[in-house]
Parts: sequence; C-alpha cells; structure tokens
Amino acid sequence: MRVGESVQRSDGPAKVRGDFAYSSDLHAEGMLWGATVRSPHPYARILSIDASGARTMPGVRAVLTHEDVPGQKLYGLEIQDQPVLAFDFVRYWGEAIAVVAADHPEQARRAAEKVRVEYQVLSPVTEPEQALSANAPQLHPGGNVTREVKIRHGDQSARADVVVRGEYEIGMQDQAPLGPESGLAIPDGEGGVDLSIATQWLHVDQEQLAGILGLPKEMVRLTLAGIGGAFGAREDLSMQAHACLLALKTGRPVKISYSRTESFVGHVHRHPGRLAYEHGANRDGRLVYVRARIILDGGAYASSSTAVIANATCFSVGPYVCPNATIDGIVVYTNNPPCGAMRGFGSVQNCYAHEAQMDRLAAALDMDPVELRIRNAMETGSEMITGQVIDGPVPVAELLRRVKAFPSPLGAEGQGDGGGMHDLTAMPGGVSNTTHGEGVKRGVGYAVGFKNIGYSEGFDDYSTARVRLYVVDGRPRVEVHSAAAEVGQGIVTVQAQIAGTELGVSDVVVLNADTGVGSAGSSSASRQTYITGGAVKAASEAVCKRALELAESELHPASELRIENDTVVGADGKQIVSLATLLGDAVIEETREFRPRRTHRLNPETGQSNAHMQFAFAAHRAVVDVDTELGLLKVVELATAQDVGRAINPIAVQGQLEGGAAQGLGLAVMEEIQVKDGVIRNPSFTDYLLPTILDMPPVRMDILELGDPNSPYGLKGVGEPPTISSGPAIVAAIRAATGREITRVPVRPHDLTP
Amino acid sequence: MGVGRRLKVDCTVNGSRHVADGVWEGESLLYVLRERFGLYGSKNACEQGECGSCSVYLDGTLVCACLVLGGQANGRSLVTIEGLDGEKVEQAFVEAGAVQCGFCTPGLVVAAHDLLQRVPRPTDAQIREALAGNICRCTGYAKIIAAVHMAAGSA
Ligand code: FES
Ligand code: FES
Repeated sequence: MRVGESVQRSDGPAKVRGDFAYSSDLHAEGMLWGATVRSPHPYARILSIDASGARTMPGVRAVLTHEDVPGQKLYGLEIQDQPVLAFDFVRYWGEAIAVVAADHPEQARRAAEKVRVEYQVLSPVTEPEQALSANAPQLHPGGNVTREVKIRHGDQSARADVVVRGEYEIGMQDQAPLGPESGLAIPDGEGGVDLSIATQWLHVDQEQLAGILGLPKEMVRLTLAGIGGAFGAREDLSMQAHACLLALKTGRPVKISYSRTESFVGHVHRHPGRLAYEHGANRDGRLVYVRARIILDGGAYASSSTAVIANATCFSVGPYVCPNATIDGIVVYTNNPPCGAMRGFGSVQNCYAHEAQMDRLAAALDMDPVELRIRNAMETGSEMITGQVIDGPVPVAELLRRVKAFPSPLGAEGQGDGGGMHDLTAMPGGVSNTTHGEGVKRGVGYAVGFKNIGYSEGFDDYSTARVRLYVVDGRPRVEVHSAAAEVGQGIVTVQAQIAGTELGVSDVVVLNADTGVGSAGSSSASRQTYITGGAVKAASEAVCKRALELAESELHPASELRIENDTVVGADGKQIVSLATLLGDAVIEETREFRPRRTHRLNPETGQSNAHMQFAFAAHRAVVDVDTELGLLKVVELATAQDVGRAINPIAVQGQLEGGAAQGLGLAVMEEIQVKDGVIRNPSFTDYLLPTILDMPPVRMDILELGDPNSPYGLKGVGEPPTISSGPAIVAAIRAATGREITRVPVRPHDLTP
Repeated sequence: MGVGRRLKVDCTVNGSRHVADGVWEGESLLYVLRERFGLYGSKNACEQGECGSCSVYLDGTLVCACLVLGGQANGRSLVTIEGLDGEKVEQAFVEAGAVQCGFCTPGLVVAAHDLLQRVPRPTDAQIREALAGNICRCTGYAKIIAAVHMAAGSA
C-alpha cells in the first residue's frame, strides 16, 4: 500500500455490503427524533412564536425556540450573521425557527406543524441588482454588500485592436450529496454532549457548537459518522446545533435526518451569478486587457461568500496572461436561499464567462479557438492579474494540446457511440424516441480553467496527524489518527498509503476521525491530501526517525538505515533487524502539524497579492449532439487532461476526474434550483435533475504527473478542477452545433430551438 | 401515539421471519427495514423513488423500498443488500473503484445483481438502461459500468 499505487479503498467492502454506518443510520437506545419548523416566507418579521399547542402533542418531549439557545444566537463560517433559530426576522424560505423532539419522526413532524408563528410578511429582495439599489431594505446591519473585491492590474485605460463583449448568467446549482444532513447527539449526563455527524470539518463545527451551547469545547465532542458525499454542502452547520440543543434539553439521544426536500433548504448552494466581460486583444490574438463585473447572489446569509467572491475575481480571466485587468467582484445579500461552498468555489461561474469570451475572440479574429488559448496560455513564471507569479509546472498549453489530440469519438453525428441507428439511448431525447438522427448536429468545444488549492488570503491553513508504531501479535502496526473528513474522496486510504510508504510497514490502520486529535481543516478546497497528507507524512517521518535511532549502532548510523517490509535495512539493503524484534513492547508516537507556505491578504484597492498557495489546471474537450429541432441534446463524450502533480492513488484520481466532470455536466445542461420570488420551486430529485448513467458519457483522460516542487510528493489538489472546465466545454460544443450564442447555464431546450 | 392506525408487519427478510408491531400506516417499507428491523443497508437518499439507493427485492421483484408502504410487506418475502447473494458484484464494485462515498452503492449492487440475473453479459447500453434509476453523485458512473462488466466476466 504505497504512494503511487492504485489501492482499493479500505471502507469499500463495508460500503458494498451495506454495513457502513452513515450519519443517517445511527441509532441509540431511547432515541428521540427531531423535526424543524421552517419559514414559509422568504422575508418576514417574526411577531410571535407560540409552541404551546405543539408541546402537548402525543410523543413530544421538547419544543425549542431561540429563547432556548443558551450561548451565541448567531453563527457563520466567516461572518456570524445566521440565527441558530430565527428570532426577529426570517430572511429566506425554509429558515429554521423552532425544533421539536418526539418519540417517532412523524410525531415530531406533526408537532412542528402545530407551532404557531405570527409573521409580518415583507417584500423580499430577490435580485442582486435590487439588493444594491438605494431604496432596498437592509437585510443585515452592515448593509446588503457582503464583500466587494477589486482588481486593478496594469494600465487601466488600455486599448486594443479587437474587442469582444458578453454577458453571462449562471443558475443556482445544488451539491445534492446523496446522504441527507443527519446525525445523532447523545447527552453525557454531565452537561456535555457527544455528536456523531457528517461534516467536512469537525473542529469548526465543534467551535461553533461550543459557542452556541455556551459550553467549553471539551464538553462538545464530535465523531465523524459515515458521509454520503459533501461537495461543499457540509461546510456550514445544518442540524448539528438543533440536535445538541434537544439532546441537552431532554437528556435523551436525539437523531435528526433531513428529508430530501428539507435538504434543499438545509444547506447552502452554488452562487448564481451575472458576469459582464469585455476582452481586448491584438490582431495576433494576444490579450491586451480584460474588464469584468461579476455579481454573485449570496442569498440570506454570508456562509463562505466572502471567499467565493475572492476566487471568482482572482481567477476571472482564466489561466491566461493578461497584462491589464479591471475586475469588480461583488457578492450581495438577498432573500434567496443562502449560497456558499460548492466544488470549484467561484472558479466555476467565471470559467463559463472567460471561456465563452475566448471563443468569441477567436471568432472575431478568425482563429482556431484552441490556438488562441495556447497563444495566451500561462506558463511557469507567468503573472496572474493579482500580480502573483506562478511557480512550478503550469502546463496550460500542454493540457489543451492533449485534449485536442484525442481521437474523435466513434460513430457519426446522431449515432452516439456507434451503437447503431437503433441505440436510442445514444440519441438526444433518448428512449423518448424523438429522433433517429434527423435534425441532429454535432459540435465540439474546448475549455480550460484553474483555481487555488487550499485556503487563501492569509488564512492559517494546517492539519494535524498522530502516528503510532507498535507491535501486535508479533507484527508491527502503524496507527494513524487525524480529524480529516472522509467524504468519499478517499482520504482514509491516502493516509494509509502515506504512512505505509514512510514507515515501510504493511499493516496500517487509520482511526476514525474525531475531535480527540487536533484540527485537520476542512475537506474542501481540494486540500486534504496535500495538507493532512503532509501532516501524516511529517508524523510518520518523525516516528521512523525514532525507530531507526533504536536500531542505531556503531556499524549502522541511523542516517544510513531505513525500514522496508517491516524490517530495518542498512545502506546496502541488508536486513538488520525485524521491526517487531526492535520495538518489543515499545510504542513510538508522534504528532505533527503541517502548514503549507503562507498566503497574504488581497490589497483592498488593487487586489494585488500573493493570495494563493497552489494552483491546479485542467482542460476539457466536449462532443455534443444537439437535436436542433427539439432543443434536446446528448453529450457524446468528454475528454480531459489534468496535471495532478503526483497521483497518490491513481484509481481514486480517475474517480475524481470522472465524478467532477459529471457535476460540471450537470450545471451545463440540467441542474438548477429554480427560485421564484424567493421560493424554491423544485426541492426534490423529481424536479431537480441530476445526471444519470444515461446522461453521463465516457470520459477520456490524460493524467499528467508533473510534480510540484513545494508539495508533499509533488502532489496537487485534484478534486475541483474537473468541475470547472467540463461544463464550459460542453456549452462551447453546443454553440458549435447550433450556432447560437448561449449565455446562460444550465442550457434549456428553448435556448436551442428556432 | 396519535399518528393514525397501527399495523403489524410480519414478513420474511433475507430468509428469516421479521415482525414489527405498532407500525404507523404511513411508514414506508424503507423506514420499517431501517428503523424497526435495524437493516440500515438500504439507503434513504430521496425517499421519493428517484434515486434507487433503497433498492430491494420484494417477492423477487426489484423495488424502491421508499415507495412501498411497510404494511404492504406483510406476508411477503424480501431480500435486502444485507442478505443478497451478491459477492461477485460487491467485489467488482470495490475492485473497479466504483465506490466513493458509497451511499448509492447498496442500491446499485442490488440493481446490478438484478440485471445480471436477467442478462448475464450485458452491453454498455444495457447496463446504462438498467441502472438509469440509480443516481450516483460521486463517480460519474464510468467505474460502475466497469464494475458490472467485471462482475459479468467472473459470473
Ligand atoms: S430513497 Fe428510494 S428511490 Fe431514493
Ligand atoms: S459513490 Fe457517492 S453517490 Fe455514488
């Protein structure tokens, strides 16, 4: 089980047999079920809350409102602006107002319906532009602007031979992890609580919960429960505080598990946005300037909006050299559903815009779109529009060349993958039998994108790992403990591979993540393999050093020794002593924190700064068949090239590239939370469309391992880049097939028909 | 308890008799399996019949347990992921890398098992059609298709 080998995931056998305990599978003796009272209005003043009718319902053990929150009544990842339970106002449809615990979940739901809330209904702010107008209601004390980011780079009045302009609109995407928000809180009988929970960051949940519950952190202990996907949806608190409050109130274990409909209001979404761009270039195709205004709708509460807008702005031009840039990014409060983290984090929205602009520029210059991109591609030493010089491999041109060089998919247009005329599943419209190829046009499109890995703007990014080496049943064992959240990406296996590689021991056990060890930071920003991997590597190296010191002798100084296959070997490869014999009863344990290189705040006037730690790049080619008469389409194939630095577990890396591309496809052609007057119209898997196995085409892949000189093993974060450029490539292919401009995603049938 | 009529559900699950008393008439089979019989392997991703993660056999027919009422299972025979004779499919899912978060996996294993019973050597198109009711949010499906082929190959 070494770094670089394709390793089967250790939780795989339990998962395929249905034995793996997810957060919604938890159960305890005497357990109660929680249900949540939610606002039916996107914006209203709360005049009164009367829970007396609910309290006397059968099976009900507690009904709690904001008055029962003992500590901080507001929480939030970056700005504490969101009520644990609403008190003066509700600011979005579905906001939590009260929670109920009862013996049976249906009793809890029925009691929740009996909580009487008197509202003064207010007219909601549902458009970002409206939020910015002078007469808009102020949704929060500081006003409606959550953050504004400015980039002023180079000559602000630069002129160019060729100018193209475009305005683009991005719909609201949902992470839709299959596992619902859920967890089990168990009171410890001494005023504290233990929470088993599906979250991306145990320690930040713990910190927020301690504040809300008014308890010291040691009295709020968190254990990671099995997680059914995350993709950003589990960065913010959902039911955590509610379950803990109910458990502490009733003295009984409390489980809360959201329904799918509730899940749509239980977590934040990807920010919808409007992006207005102007690109200026020389006749040879080189960019002279980019001017852009990016408005993201953050919805009712801040969540991670302030970081998302920084990304949307910093990466707004794409991985191209652009000497002059004037970019204004702004994220605002509205009464729409709150938005925050989702895979790609700000770099997804802008990629649709900058890649559409590059295609427009290519058309204006009568150039090949890939050639134009290559001409402007960043390389090692290129400067971003934030002034940051990118070191390490920057293979933008190479990635584009590779996706272009892939062979074309088999089969003529309208015939899918060559499965024959009657393979309807390969046609636009599928088994609806809407075409056998008539009216079908094929298009090919390209896109490339990049984003930051890890936290940016001076955030103290670190992770902690504890590694123990000891002998059990006559064999050495390594035990790894960190708080890194396994959300499905494979971090448990990666930790085992790293410890196994550094310590030369085959038996490696990774303990379940909990708050009994230091913070690992979040499983987000594609950072966990880098940062927690770095911590496991450092702790393993420290353990290894101590083990080798035990084996040291005059003949064999420790510096010449290493461990291989559970045995200490010398410089000549000769076996010196088995690790089991060497260790005997000794236990060697080391804990290490790992920090990547520092980042810095953006200059508030110019946005110039070394704000980011690492950058990852990917390119996609999409082939799409469009039934131009009906506006139906079929993505025939995706091809991608991505530099992953070093593939720690290649089969898991492939899975990230395939799964990430599927989420990109979703936003491009089907996934949108439809919000009308602040109300979600499609909060179900019936009406919110996710890519199925029929929608997702094969993905050709070229995985480059160019090695980052600054990171452990040379690795780069992998998870997000596949979600950035896949969708824009699909939209480019649709444009090529239809000749239509298409400035909004997801693309709808009526955008494609005459 | 004030949530309507109470039923007794007496059924065979994975070959052994399971009885639940006091089942609320609105409880789904999925809820009965999970919360009353402690068989949490069938998953609750949508409870709307859209994702297939609750797939089980009811008298030999593949169904979404979330769309069947608990009371309808009375006197009938069920096979869930816990009792499935599905080792080949399960092993193939692990080996092919078809599991990430794994929340979709039990349902997909049952659905793939059902396909292979009917079509021992399915084509890509047959696999796609048979598994079209199972949503996976993590994998992009390529490795799921590979896993089904792998399981068919070793059948
Ligand atoms: S949970 Fe039954 S189909 Fe989704
Ligand atoms: S592996 Fe996560 S939903 Fe399929």
